[in-house]
Amino acid sequence: MSTTSLDRTTEAVSPVRPPRRDDPARPVRRHRSRGRGLTVAIGAALAVGALITAFPFIWMIASSVKPRSESLAYPPRVLPEEPTFEFFVQLFQELDFGRYLLNTIAIVLIGMVGLVLMAMAGYGFAKFDFRGREPLFFLVLVTMMIPVQVTMIPTYLILNGMKLTNTLVGIALPSLVSGFSVFLFRQFMTTIPTEMIEAARIDGASEARIFWRIIMPLSKPILAVQVVLTFIGGWNSFLWPLIIANDERLYTLSVGVALLNQQIASNPSLQMAAATLMVVPILIVFVVFQRFVVQGFALSGLK
Amino acid sequence: MKPRIAPYVFIGPATLLLLAFGVLPILVAGLVSLTDMNLGGLGDWSRIEFIGVDNYVELFADGAFWQAMANTGIFALIGVPSVIALSLAVALLLNRSGSAFFRALRSFYFVPAITAIVAISLVWGYLYNTQFGLFNYLLSIVGLPPVSWLSDPVAVKFSVALVAVWRGTGLNIIIFLAALQGVPREYLEAASLDGASGFRKTVSIVIPLLRFAIFFVTITTIIAWLQFFDEPFVLTKGGPIGASTSISLFLYQEGFSASQFGYASAGSVVLFVVIAAVTLVQLRARRADVDY
Repeated sequence: MSTTSLDRTTEAVSPVRPPRRDDPARPVRRHRSRGRGLTVAIGAALAVGALITAFPFIWMIASSVKPRSESLAYPPRVLPEEPTFEFFVQLFQELDFGRYLLNTIAIVLIGMVGLVLMAMAGYGFAKFDFRGREPLFFLVLVTMMIPVQVTMIPTYLILNGMKLTNTLVGIALPSLVSGFSVFLFRQFMTTIPTEMIEAARIDGASEARIFWRIIMPLSKPILAVQVVLTFIGGWNSFLWPLIIANDERLYTLSVGVALLNQQIASNPSLQMAAATLMVVPILIVFVVFQRFVVQGFALSGLK
Repeated sequence: MKPRIAPYVFIGPATLLLLAFGVLPILVAGLVSLTDMNLGGLGDWSRIEFIGVDNYVELFADGAFWQAMANTGIFALIGVPSVIALSLAVALLLNRSGSAFFRALRSFYFVPAITAIVAISLVWGYLYNTQFGLFNYLLSIVGLPPVSWLSDPVAVKFSVALVAVWRGTGLNIIIFLAALQGVPREYLEAASLDGASGFRKTVSIVIPLLRFAIFFVTITTIIAWLQFFDEPFVLTKGGPIGASTSISLFLYQEGFSASQFGYASAGSVVLFVVIAAVTLVQLRARRADVDY
């Protein structure tokens, strides 16, 4: 099967394109001036709300480049007068943030392996009939309900039994797969026509090949969402790295940032620089991929 | 790969991991809660003794446990209605127009949900600071006395909850927006022809059609607040004198700071039972709702 034909089928199969609601002409046409006036008023109110919501981030970024005298000044000012980048330099030179950054990236990459495992499971549950499917899938759903705080102590004991405490694998393993993501994959993959899979089987394609060459390419929309969510989850993960890693060389960014909290009430700029370092990559990833995330939730059948 | 074993190969790794780190821990917690396991027992299992339900007896007599339970209840009472009302309102308003401006605004509301809690806590801790924080300065401008945001036992509950509400709305707005895409436009147009106002359409058509999304968000939000942990952990460490200690934080402190694994596991089992009960009650309510 050629790539072009695959791409075309993606168009046909994927329910991704919801009817476009962004058609500003519609409401306006219906209740002309009153409708438009209201929309403008709502837009203004939402803009104010958006600024308030985003304010802590504006404050964070502005404060990360304030010299110490300004960050401790009273009355406080939002914008720095003499911006400096010394605190970012300090994070990498005096504190070990370069290493924390690498560890965090490693966790994110391990998470991507988990993504493949979850896609496989979603496919298995969506397209195969096998003994034990219903009870196993029920168990998958049950794990969505169980709070981390309930499982953290026994999971720590289990990992300790496996001698995986103080390893990057130990940090990544407990959250490698999530019931929710398996569920999302299954929901999406159910919509892939079974005839395609059957046809490939008749042509002699192996199961692994079918998965890699047909199912995965067709699942691009849901994969995009999951990649974003996995990136965000791995990047922000806090509790496990904190519990499992006693060794400073295994600290992730979040643990490093949390330590700054104890260290300093006196140097907010350094704290804000560290916070900025954690938040800005996520903001970039999210703003670029935001569309996919909203779509992904629409796809999951939450209607 | 034979077709017969193929499905097991596909679901195997993920299912095993979910069993190992999702289901097995519950059983382990149940077992450990019946022992006196502590740091000594971690290295040498022969030092663990079976003590029956002593941990539970002790737990229910522990003032700190009840304080944490009460705090969690207060957090949920403040947080759950705020998060649901706020995210539903913002989603309905954001959904009014699909213009580029409205779509750009969405991002602003989402970002708190996706950024790291530790980073967020540092920022809020700075804003709440009583010496050089911005909030008390703003209060002083309008002539109000300063507030000890994080060191007053009453104020701290609201301060910590506010951060969590701010952070918790984004994801729910996404869920509501996704659900709003599924509202058939024909219904709304028919109602318009009948002369229904925008408000009327929202109340009588849109919100009833969002029932499943509202139900889903309610369940997940309640569970999230019963598990409330990150904000008090990073902002206050549960202080002052336990005033912002949630039940999850209590478990963490008993389990990892005090290394009382048996005792903390008993608490975990109790938390699990509470969450399971709340979920079951809601599912039951939901079923009744569908029948009707």
